[in-house]
Amino acid sequence: MKRWEFRLSGSGGQGLITAGIILGEAAVLEGKEVVQSQSYGPEARGGASKAEVIIDTKKIHYPKVVLPDIILAMSQEAAQKYGSEIKENGIIVIDSSMVDDFKHDKVKVLKIPITKLAKDEVGKTFTANIIAIAFLVGLTKVVSFDSLKQAVLNRIPKGTEAMNTKAMEIGWQWSQEKL
Amino acid sequence: MTMRKASLIQGNRACTEGALAAGVRFYAGYPITPSTEIAEIMSEELPKLGGKFVQMEDEIAGMACILGAALTGKKVLTASSGPGISLKQEAIGYAAMAEIPCVIVNVQRLGPSTGGPTSSAQGDIMQARWGTHGDHPIIALCPSSVYECFTLTVTAVNFAEKFRTPVYVLLDEIVGHMRENVELPTYEEIKIIDRKKPTCAPKEYKPYKIDESMIPAMADFGTGYKWHVTGLFHDETGFPTGKTDVIDSQLNRLMTKFSKYEDEILLWEENQLEDAEILLVAYGSTARSALDAIETLRNEGIKVGLFRPITIWPFPEKVLRGKLEKLKHIIVPEMNYGQLMLEVERVCKDKVSVSGLFKVNGLPITPDEIIAKVREVL
Repeated sequence: MKRWEFRLSGSGGQGLITAGIILGEAAVLEGKEVVQSQSYGPEARGGASKAEVIIDTKKIHYPKVVLPDIILAMSQEAAQKYGSEIKENGIIVIDSSMVDDFKHDKVKVLKIPITKLAKDEVGKTFTANIIAIAFLVGLTKVVSFDSLKQAVLNRIPKGTEAMNTKAMEIGWQWSQEKL
Repeated sequence: MTMRKASLIQGNRACTEGALAAGVRFYAGYPITPSTEIAEIMSEELPKLGGKFVQMEDEIAGMACILGAALTGKKVLTASSGPGISLKQEAIGYAAMAEIPCVIVNVQRLGPSTGGPTSSAQGDIMQARWGTHGDHPIIALCPSSVYECFTLTVTAVNFAEKFRTPVYVLLDEIVGHMRENVELPTYEEIKIIDRKKPTCAPKEYKPYKIDESMIPAMADFGTGYKWHVTGLFHDETGFPTGKTDVIDSQLNRLMTKFSKYEDEILLWEENQLEDAEILLVAYGSTARSALDAIETLRNEGIKVGLFRPITIWPFPEKVLRGKLEKLKHIIVPEMNYGQLMLEVERVCKDKVSVSGLFKVNGLPITPDEIIAKVREVL
């Protein structure tokens, strides 16, 4: 397996650091090397926030993303701030319900109404991060759907299993349709 | 508690797990980014183990509070970042003078002043050495990984107890906040050191009576052993003195009390140093960038190696001096304007030229930046 670099960006409070941890934990379940890090402003809510996940089969030294394979952008600010530097064959995933305007002339851009799906299909906006991460896993196959499901269920509060499972399935299905 | 498996753990959490494993049962402090998780986790975990967590009104109170607890026999820890560490300095000097075991975790952020709360830096290297006034002994350890956040916190607690000194664990924001998949040691695999207690009767106890170990035995307050604690120069009873010969011998002992334990205290790591012509001296998260740079440069046949001081203070100068024979140049990459480079230069400059690679904008030094610097000096 090659080294995968993910940059998950949006605004504080959207659960992107949690999404990064879940992706990392799914990779740990498969025995892979993982480093997860983040950068955020001083605000607890709002402000551009990013979580980074590196997954590899060999030991990871430099813990930050050098050039991402995958960018997720869930806010207009994040799309503008983080949505330019990417590998030549990378993919940018945009939450089209949060980002009005985004273009990249070199790499593939996939526009998915992630937050709208969370609100309309699952009934809870806060599951948007789970839909997003399931979409990314479906897109890259960096871990199996089963590993992701286990990682999600290990981390979420009791009583939210059904809605999070639904969110994962929605994200996964959209990824298979977009491929 | 002893069964562990690989999991994704944050550096700050590993630090708390190391502290608890080493026997820390008292924490006082005032939370500050990027160290806050340490206070949070200690507040959750200590009560479960019969320990105490106190959130104090400010940072200096937090420092003073752990010293009080340490005097009663507890193993103690506080954590903060630059602005808070500055406030703690008075009490850190008191701990050095009165020889009170304590561990201070500094998760370094960008300074000076309140600087950049969520930005990484390594700007507190010299503060760790000389932050409090007057000549004083100090130990500072610098982890590069989540695993080391655990093991070096254990080591810090052990050093504090054995040598009766304040010990810093110097993380940087990157090491403190990143998560890695690690398998932490089990409790059975950890060596624990407890402070030396007096064996004499309470009436005969002299709290600063020195034997060949250089480290006086320490009684717990409240157990019948009487003891006067002061930041003033004191004789073996602990009471203040103005006698210059006593002052002279006390300070001389404080400044040399680690000397006979250097083999134990000085920790470092070497990577591909044997045939190296260019040496990188790097620590903390920056050492990780250095390892990637070395891999790339070695693939091109450029002989680069790493010397990573894990014990930053006392600086492992004799060890480093022993590595200079084949070297043509030393580069010190660090997230400050050359604090450790000055130390490396002091130790090495008569034999090898030294240059620095500094970055002080909150961002990490990348492997590519180190590679470019190596090419520049080739």
